[in-house]
Parts: sequence; C-alpha cells; structure tokens
Amino acid sequence: MGLVAAELERQGISTVAIQLLRSVAEKVRPPRALAVPFRHGYPLGIPDDAGQQQAVILAALRMLEDPNLQPPAIVDYEPEKDI
Amino acid sequence: MGDLSEFPLKYKLFLKAYPWRRIDPVPWAPLKKPLRDSRAAVISSAGLVGPDQEPFDDSIRGGDFSFREIPADTDVFTLTDTHRSDLYDHSGLRQDPNLAFPLDRLQELVKNGRIGSLNRRHLSFMGSITAPGRLIKKTAPPAVRKLVEDGVDIALLVPV
Repeated sequence: MGLVAAELERQGISTVAIQLLRSVAEKVRPPRALAVPFRHGYPLGIPDDAGQQQAVILAALRMLEDPNLQPPAIVDYEPEKDI
Repeated sequence: MGDLSEFPLKYKLFLKAYPWRRIDPVPWAPLKKPLRDSRAAVISSAGLVGPDQEPFDDSIRGGDFSFREIPADTDVFTLTDTHRSDLYDHSGLRQDPNLAFPLDRLQELVKNGRIGSLNRRHLSFMGSITAPGRLIKKTAPPAVRKLVEDGVDIALLVPV
C-alpha cells in the first residue's frame, strides 16, 4: 500500500495508510501511516463495530489535517483519544 | 498488535529478510482544502472483487499486479475476498468487508459532513505482492490517474 500511496502523492492526492506492521512502515516510508494495534485481517478492528472502525478512520483523517507532520509520518493509533 | 509474532517461523524469517522497497524521496501532497470539501477514495489491498469481476490471479509469479474499480454504490457485502493468503484469519473480512473496504463508514462521514464527498469509484488491489516492480511502473500510475481525473483529493489506503 505504501508504494501506491507514494504514486498518489506524486500525482497530488493526499494519502493516509493504515499500517499493521509499524516496522514495515519504518522501512518502506509511506507518506502518512497510522499504525494500528490490530492483527492481520482486521485492519480497522472489530467486524460490524461501526463505532470502532469510524474511530480508526477519523484518527487517520486527522493526520491529513495535521500541519506539523513531516514526511514520512507514522502515528500510533491510540483508542483512548477517541472516547 | 499486528506484529510478526502472528506468523509461522518461516514467514517471520521471510518478512525480516524481505528487501522492502524504500520510498525515497517521500512525496508529500498537503491537504489542499478542508476535509469537509474534499473528495475521498478508498484503496485496499485485500484482494476484494465486485460481483461479476474476475478474481485476482494467484498463479501470477510475484503477485497479481492488476486492480479492480469498485463503484461507490457497491454494497460492500457483495464484495468477494479473493486474497488466498493463509497467513491471516479471513473470517472477519468475510463477515464485514468494511474492515478493509470501508465504503459504509466513509458514506457516514459524508452524511455527517466530516468529508465532502465519496468518489464515484474506488480501487482494489491484491496484497502480498513480492515483486512490486510491475505494480509500481505499469499499474499504479494509470490507476491513480483515474482518481486524479475524477477530482479525488484524499485517499485512505487499507491493507489486510
């Protein structure tokens, strides 16, 4: 996903990628990555839990709005911030 | 936590040794307008295909580097998981494809005004591509151009 994100940014589209392995984001360096504490197969958390999925997406969107982030930006998802 | 401990030893070793492509320099497209005015697209590498679309081809050496366009009005529960990796549990995604293709969640964000609109089409890729050269050179540029032509401002990328 990081490689596709890079192409999107090169063509002017702002991106944020959900990242299941923080170590991979550190190596690949997508422009913006939200590192989530979920296992593979569950990138947004719990199935049918719209609230939790929404919280993860909102955390990702906040990265797009953050003027202080510099590329490559990795932010760890912290669920308590969304309560 | 999504970490290497989830995987069998041989895959842990593979992932540790895998020569990940380092993006350098890192391109950066700052947000051009407020999210409430931005058009969003979803891009997933969960190998999902829509009704009547060809499944991703697991026989392609290095990984299937094609993509599928998923129209915005697709019922995500009609998407089919064609990612054949046995390294992760597919049951959650099959129960709720929003986990990796969150069209319903983004529609909700449009309704409540957090983002401006959802693009008319979204992109589905196969993950676990071990030879990404063709994806980088042949597939991604024209796929992204479609979104640029659509006036997409932001993209949420979701792996699996």
